[in-house]
Formats: sequence, structure tokens, C-alpha cells
Amino acid sequence: MTGTGIGASIKRVEDQRFLTGNGSYTDDINRPGQAFAWILRSPHAHATINSVDTSGAEATPGVIAVLTGADMAADGVGGLPCGWQIHNKDGSPMAEPAHPPLAVSKVRYVGDQVAIVIAETRDVARDAAELIEVDYGLLPAVVDMDSALADGTLVHDDVPNNRCFDWEIGEKDTVDAAFADAQHVVSIDLVNNRLIPNAMEPRAAIAEFDRSTGQYTLHTTTQNPHVIRLLMGAFVLQIPEHKLRIVAPDVGGGFGSKIFHYAEEAILTWAAAKVHVPIKWTAERSESFATDAHGRDHETHAELALDADGNFLGLRVETKANVGSYLSTFGSSVPTYLYATLLAGVYTTPAIYAEVQTVFTNTAPVDAYRGAGRPECTYLLERLVTKAARQLGMDPAELRKQNMIQSDQYPYQTPVALQYDCGDTPASFESALKVADYLGFEKRRAAAEKTGKLRGIGISTYVEACGIAPSAVAGALGARAGLYESAQVRVHPTGSVTVYTGTHNHGQGHETTFAQLVSESFGIPADQVEISHGDTDQVQFGMGTYGSRSLAVGGPAILKACNKVIDKAKKIAAHIMEADVSDIEFADGKFTVAGTDKEMAFGEVSLAAYVPHNYPIEEIEPGLDENAFYDPLNFSFPGGAHICEVEVDPETGNVEIINFTAVDDVGRVVNPMIVEGQVHGGLAQGVGQALLEGCVYDDDGQLLTGSYMDYTMPRADNLPSFSVATQSVMGASNPLEVKGVGEVGAIGSPPAVVNAILDALAGLGVEDISMPATPQRVWQTIQDSSVRQAAE
Amino acid sequence: MPTVSMAVNGKSVSADVEPRTLLVQYLREHLGLTGTHVGCDTSQCGACVVHVNGESLKSCTMLAAQAEGADVTTIEGLANGDELHPMQEAFRENHGLQCGFCTPGMVMSALDLVQKNSDPSEQDVREWLEGNLCRCTGYHNIVKSILAGAKALKG
Repeated sequence: MTGTGIGASIKRVEDQRFLTGNGSYTDDINRPGQAFAWILRSPHAHATINSVDTSGAEATPGVIAVLTGADMAADGVGGLPCGWQIHNKDGSPMAEPAHPPLAVSKVRYVGDQVAIVIAETRDVARDAAELIEVDYGLLPAVVDMDSALADGTLVHDDVPNNRCFDWEIGEKDTVDAAFADAQHVVSIDLVNNRLIPNAMEPRAAIAEFDRSTGQYTLHTTTQNPHVIRLLMGAFVLQIPEHKLRIVAPDVGGGFGSKIFHYAEEAILTWAAAKVHVPIKWTAERSESFATDAHGRDHETHAELALDADGNFLGLRVETKANVGSYLSTFGSSVPTYLYATLLAGVYTTPAIYAEVQTVFTNTAPVDAYRGAGRPECTYLLERLVTKAARQLGMDPAELRKQNMIQSDQYPYQTPVALQYDCGDTPASFESALKVADYLGFEKRRAAAEKTGKLRGIGISTYVEACGIAPSAVAGALGARAGLYESAQVRVHPTGSVTVYTGTHNHGQGHETTFAQLVSESFGIPADQVEISHGDTDQVQFGMGTYGSRSLAVGGPAILKACNKVIDKAKKIAAHIMEADVSDIEFADGKFTVAGTDKEMAFGEVSLAAYVPHNYPIEEIEPGLDENAFYDPLNFSFPGGAHICEVEVDPETGNVEIINFTAVDDVGRVVNPMIVEGQVHGGLAQGVGQALLEGCVYDDDGQLLTGSYMDYTMPRADNLPSFSVATQSVMGASNPLEVKGVGEVGAIGSPPAVVNAILDALAGLGVEDISMPATPQRVWQTIQDSSVRQAAE
Repeated sequence: MPTVSMAVNGKSVSADVEPRTLLVQYLREHLGLTGTHVGCDTSQCGACVVHVNGESLKSCTMLAAQAEGADVTTIEGLANGDELHPMQEAFRENHGLQCGFCTPGMVMSALDLVQKNSDPSEQDVREWLEGNLCRCTGYHNIVKSILAGAKALKG
């Protein structure tokens, strides 16, 4: 036993370099002779570009080139593509207006790219950009979705009513019939607040072109280098794969925001071939706020039909989702297949129908952000179910239990396409209730009341779909790519191993966890295994890291390649030990001949593979290096229960989280330490959404929350220490039996927090509060409450 | 261009810099000490925290010229060869980092806390970290790491 296989909380391999300042993030990299770029951005949310005069900038000493959208258009550069096609109710395809990397005739949001200045230093580039004179023709901006759908201002002239698509899922007639039979109907209107992802490392890129070979290289802060190569090479710049290398080095967090192919990547790569020097660009935080794809931004009306006993009969949902000014890479899939297909949640609701309209506005593009669609769905369901319990006079825990899918009902086919493979929400819910001492809560509420505090408890139970994704299913739903993963396992002559994975590690600890998979498989210590990722010239292919897919899809690819290595190694061992291959057994890093004391260590066999003096050369090739692609059979379905306990100070509106309990079912756990860390981080982002974070544009489309002075990030003193545990049913859809953990915290937690606040304020007659529940909003809600109003 | 001279991680350094050069730019771009990171443009994220004359400071809030003659320590100056400083070790042991981008600032800031308060409570640590943002860890394990690091340093 190595002690470094599956289930061990070994310390992370990546930490040594990060802790000593030796990480290599994109902005840490410098290329010989590099120049620096500054992107001139639109200060207006909506305007025509009448003319761009670059002469002043071009005349500035140190400026190498100034390029505009007109130059790009003249070169026939394509628009940034969307990776997922959604169809309208009538079967017609969604509106896909052009998305030029540099704006040509019109700018559509504050931050839209207008020109690139390339200069010898960053300061010169920035100063010269100030000298570019753009004649803008101001247009009215549309910012909120209702105005966008209603009035005559069009973000894209060829998209009537600014509607990107009008989509539906489920059977409307069945749901209408369920409502006709209902004894109770509970309805709710919710806003899922728009968020700005804020990975701590701002986006950055370095583009190079080698004239002698025609080779392009782009270092970029991406979660999926091969996807960028495919999208940018094939759709935007027409560069074939063999001439385009994408490197994603250390990346300082992504949370979805670094999945997408961004304009700057294409602009820099295109420009590098013109100026013949490497070009480096690093976003300032202000640019990140304005131009990183934002998250969430839904408005929803929903109704739940129940019978007299509180059994759920039907669910009807109408959602408007803001996609911003342009369709980002996966912007269309988030409010549809990653959202409405989860509307059964953990419940047996037999009839569900949802309609989703997506809307263009003069705001930054909106796309996947940690959880992507599933937090929006969970927030809706868990607010609605809690409201139903209150309306029916039932305990919210009991109403949930009564309607919950039971462990013997899996595989469970929902009315909205997905089939949950396995799970046991009642078990994780019971554990969470116990850990949170749900039954003892009223005593704690009474004790808090004596100190002038309003105490509340809130529940959220959830399921999510991740391990994205089975390609055939995704393709049938409109994905324009496969969503498998690839791995190459290269055993070196002396038995150490390099694994090339198509996923990308930007905080998740793959360099540690994936080495544990190999340690388990080969029976060698994890420190004999190196995980390589992020370079399209090294890794054969990959779809990257998002949707909690790396372990659930990338892991089995590694396992498959390991198994191929073992199969080949058995043949070599059989030859050398003069046995039949069917008698060779492999365990704990040793090949043995059944029933004898003959054995060969893993490293002895690998050496024989590369020094094939005594080798079955007629039967197999030398070397021990295998690759594999793995495409999952189904999504994986993590789930669980989150319980939040808060105290509200009625004098200030301040909400303090007293306890937060999370019991999550993430399938098999490879490294418990890392899994807990992933949950902590997700919870903080969920609490941030619930209490602190909200993106605000004014009516003219100016971003009011464009810095850390205006957009409230969760800080250490806003958060408690979390009580987290896993209680898993082993995953049923992949050979590692894993499910995924990256997003669960952000998916389950926001409704737990808001339900707790509403529970605390229930005595005042408060029934609703919007996220973020800032002190000001909570205080105002208390002042406006029916009980306060009646008292005055 | 003015010449600035200072000691960085115990070594004397000197360079001609544009007057507007920030200390963090000087460290990263002139000295190649890229462990100190830039995560914002409003001096809030704390990824650039270094020590100047023994006190923690956001190196984006100071011009390189203002550090003339100063004694500067960056994240690169903490470990003794391959042996991590006890605070770095505490972060490693307690999984106090994920993507690693905020980490240098967190460690440098934590060290200043511990030199001012050798036995901090959890609340002390949480309040001290007001000027350091992390998006990955939810701070849970950062707080745990700093408490463990403080204990280790106290011996």
C-alpha cells in the first residue's frame, strides 16, 4: 500500500511553488522582445462608431501599431462564436448576431473593444490610447429585460424585441391539468441577482507569431486551452490546429469566467502576425469588472400546485434571462439545459413546464459562473417550497421529506429530460438536520430574542447535474462540441509516470488528486507521478475544466489509459516470467504469476518495455505510453442539504451567519481535504450572492459596481467557519464512482441563507427579500414590514 | 528617470525607473520577483502585500521611489532554501490555498498579524484579513492556517 491512493488526504503538490512565489501565471511570463497592448474600450453602453482617428496615437513615440475593428474586418476576421444552439418553441434557431472582436460600426456595452494599441511599454500604450479620437453617435441604452423586450431600441438591428430565443421544456397541458386539480397554489416572483465572477487573477494573454514557421502561440488565462484553439482557430482567425498552440499556465481561479473565448485572445493573436513581436496584455481589475462574462441575472415567476395533503402536483415556471450584449460561448446553455432540466430538484413533482426567454441588453455578456443555471434553479425551488410550507402551515423540513425522491426510486426519470442515476437525499438531509440540531432551534431562537436578535433557520436541499457531459446527449440538445475528456499516461523507463490531461487545474488540486488516481491504479507512490496540463502542444486534446467535470470525466479517461498500460505490461511480464498472460496478476505495484512466487515490480516491467532485449516483439511494440478518451454515459448528480442559521440585528439590518451546515453527496472522495476546501469555497460564493454581491448598471448602462469599492466581495469577517461533511452514494455513471464537488457549495447555499433570514423576519410579517440581503435592504424590509407599519 | 535603491530580500538593488513606477511594478517587472501579484487597481485585494521595513504594506500603494533605502521582504524571501517558513508550512498543512494567486499576500499579511499579536483568536484573524481577498477558499482554511502558523511561530 502506498498510502497515497484514493481516499488519502495527502498535501497538495502544487503548494510548494505557490507558497514560495514561484507560480507561473500569465502575467508572470515575459517573452523576448515583447510589446504591450492596451485595449481602448467603449465608455458608452450603446453608440454608433462614426469614425476612429488613430493618428495621434500612432504618432506617439514607442507606439508600434494601432488597430481597429475596420482593420480586422478588412482582414476577414470572423466573429466570436457561441458553442450551443438553442431552438425556439416554434423550432426555429435562436438569434445569433455577429460578435466582432473589435467593434466595427457599433458598441453595445461599456467595455466593448474599440481599438488595440501596441507599444514598447504598457504606460506608452495606455497613454497613446487616450489620443485615439472616436466619434460616437450615442444611442439610448436598454439595460433591464422588460424594457429590452418592450421598447424599440435594438441592441442588434437584426434581433427584433432583443429576444435571443423563446424556449420551453416539459408538457404544458399536463401541468395545466395538475393545476386544475390543485387544492393549493403557491406562487413566487424572484430575481436571481447578477454577479461578477472576480477570479483573483485578472485575465491576461501573450500572443506570438513565428514568421519562419507560421506558428502562432498564445499564452492565456483559460480553463480550456483546446477549446480556445478550436474556437479561435476554426471560427475567428482561420488558423489550423497544427499552427496554433495555446498555453494556459498557472491560472488564478476561473469559476466559469475563464471558459469563454474572449475578444482579446483573438485580437492579440491576429495583431501578433502584423507586428512580428510578442504582445502582452493584462486586464486591470476595472476591465475585469466590465468585460469578464457576468453570471446569473434571471427574473422568474413560478407556481407550485399541491394537493390538500401538501403533495406536489405540478410546477410552472416562466423565466427571463439576460444574456447581455452578445452571446458568450456558452451563454445560451446556462438558462436552458443547465437550469430548467433540474426543476424537479429532489422532489417527485410529476408535472413540470418551464418557458425561458433570453434577452439582449446593453450590458456585459452573461455566461456560466460557478454552478451555472443550477444555483438559479435551486434558489427558485427552495424559496418556493419554503414559501409553500409557510402557506400551508407545515414545517419546511417535513414538507420536503414528504415530497422527496426516496433512495429506492433511482434511477429516477424527471419530467424535464434528466434521469438521476443514483442518490439518497433523505439520508443527507437527515444528517444535516441532526448536525444543525434542527429540533433544538426554537430554544436558540428564544435565547437570541433575549439579546434583541432575530434568529432564523433556513433549509436548502438540492441536486445538480455535472460531469459535463455525455456528448450524444449534449449534441442532441444543441451543443456544438463533444464533451468527453482525454488522457495520456506515459510510463517512463524507470517507472515514474507523466499524465497528460485535457482538463485544466486552476485551484482544484488536479496535480495532486490525479496523481492519487495513478498511485491507486499502479500501486506506486503519488510523488512518482507528474500531472501535465494546459499546453495544446503537449496534451493530445481536451475539453477543459468546468461543470465539475474534471474528476468525473477527466478521471475515468486517466483510469482507462492506466488500464491499457496494465494490460500491455501484463503481456511483457508474462513473456519475461515465461507464463501465460492469463495467469498474470497485478496488485500493489507487482506483477505476479498466479500460484508461483514469481514477481516483477512495476518499474522492472517498464524498464523492459524501453529496453526490449527480452521482449514479445512479435506481439507488441516497445514502450509503455497509452492514451484514452472517455465519454460519460450520463451526467453525474451530486446533491445534499444545506442548513443555515442566522441572527439578524433589527437595529442595523446586519445578518450574521451563526452556523452553516453542509452535508453533500459527491460520490467517491479521492482527497477529503481537497473536497472540503472545494465546498468551503463554493459556500462562500453562495453566501456572497445571498448577502453581499450584486452587479448594478444604471439606466444608461454605466456599470456602477465596477470596483472592489462598489462590489462587495465576501471577506473573512463576513463568513463563519463552515460545518461540512460528505455522505455519499457512490456514483453510478462512471467507473471511478465520483460525482463532482466544484459547484455544490455555490448551488445549495443561497436559498439556505435567504430562507434563514425570512424565518428570522417571519414574526414581522416579512415574506420576501431579494438578494443580496445587505444590511440596508434587511433594515428597510423590517421598516416596511406589516408588523412595524401596524405599530406606527 | 530617478534612481531607486533598496534592499529586497536581503540583497541591495538599484535601478532607474519612471517616476510613476509602483513598488509592485518595480518588484515584478524590474526585479522579476513575480510572486507578488496584482489583483486589483484600487488597493483592495491584498495580493501585492509585502513587508517594508518590517511592516506589511500593499505594494501597489507605494511608489518605488518612496521605498528608497527601505528594507523590503517579498514572498520569495521567506523560505530557507527548500525549507518553508512555518507560516508557509501552515498554509500547506491546512490547505490554505487553492489557485495560489492571493496566497503570497495572505502569507505576508498573516506574518505581520502574528508579529503584532502572537496569539490571535479566530475573530482577530478574520478581522485582520479585511484587506486580503480570496475567491477560492471561503477563508475557512486560510484562517485555520494562520492560527496554526501563529502557534508554530510561538513554539
